[in-house]
Amino acid sequence: MIRFILPFVIFVILSVFLYKGLGRDTREVPSPLVNKAAPAFVLPKLSEPDQKFSPADMKGKVWLLNVWASWCGACKDEHPILMELSKQNIVHIIGLDYKDKREDGEATLQRAGDPYTLTISDVDGKVGFDYGVYGVPETYVIDKQGVIRYKLIGAVNPENLTQTILPLVKELQAK
Amino acid sequence: MRYLLMALLCLMPMFAHAGEAQDIADDPVIEKRMMQLAEKVRCLVCQSEPVSNSHSDWSKDVRQIMREKMKAGATDQEIMDLLVERFGKSVLFDPPVDKETMPLWLAPFVLLLLGSAVLIYQLRKRKSRIADEPSISAEDAQRAADLLK
Repeated sequence: MIRFILPFVIFVILSVFLYKGLGRDTREVPSPLVNKAAPAFVLPKLSEPDQKFSPADMKGKVWLLNVWASWCGACKDEHPILMELSKQNIVHIIGLDYKDKREDGEATLQRAGDPYTLTISDVDGKVGFDYGVYGVPETYVIDKQGVIRYKLIGAVNPENLTQTILPLVKELQAK
Repeated sequence: MRYLLMALLCLMPMFAHAGEAQDIADDPVIEKRMMQLAEKVRCLVCQSEPVSNSHSDWSKDVRQIMREKMKAGATDQEIMDLLVERFGKSVLFDPPVDKETMPLWLAPFVLLLLGSAVLIYQLRKRKSRIADEPSISAEDAQRAADLLK
């Protein structure tokens, strides 16, 4: 009897592993920055370059850092969702215009609308590197103490927004 | 005239290697060291390709950062540590043996042990089964010998 059951059991176990592997996105690597302090930086704002922004300015608030660029296709997909989110006034969204020409970034926001509390400009991508950015868009959830709590690689969509990001934001705000 | 034209044609490849040149740093020593190090770094946007021969923007940035750090006097280890800190261990082609990767390193040996245990068990079972089999009687042996004659 065991000689019939055993291969079947092995087959089932293998199938489970293979099925899980099918759904996995190999592009997504776990970020080592989660649960570490958000790297410090000082960057000029996109619209007023003489005004600077630093993550320390957001101490005491839960905020999202959304890395985007005018040249990025998937950013256009998440843009309406961010617009909707900003209307609800739940959380501050800081935009980081990554490796982008200032005028291109500004033009995009003027054309498609501006969901950001403020946008900063990372022309050479140095700050992006510090945050481990390797694909745009990426979104970080940063807590009141300035610690990164979550990193999303890829576009924000209704699913990951309502199931992961917003519950986490509310939990962190309540702390 | 024809020979002149041919000679000119032979010279053409000398002008063909334009472009692609900005990536080369002014210091060949650093460049060589950087490329050697970049071979050990996985390109995260292309995967299965080292940063040293990837054309992606991300890899170009990483090479540039490596160059800058090397010029500033950083050791290879410091640069690798920085990359791991930013992007995680998956940027390393050669993953370190530590708590997190231990199961991966040990899995083949565990499987080997399990396999040999099963094999030994089965062989022993077979041996005892053979031993248990009734040996043939003298009469049958004589008949077999007659038949084989």
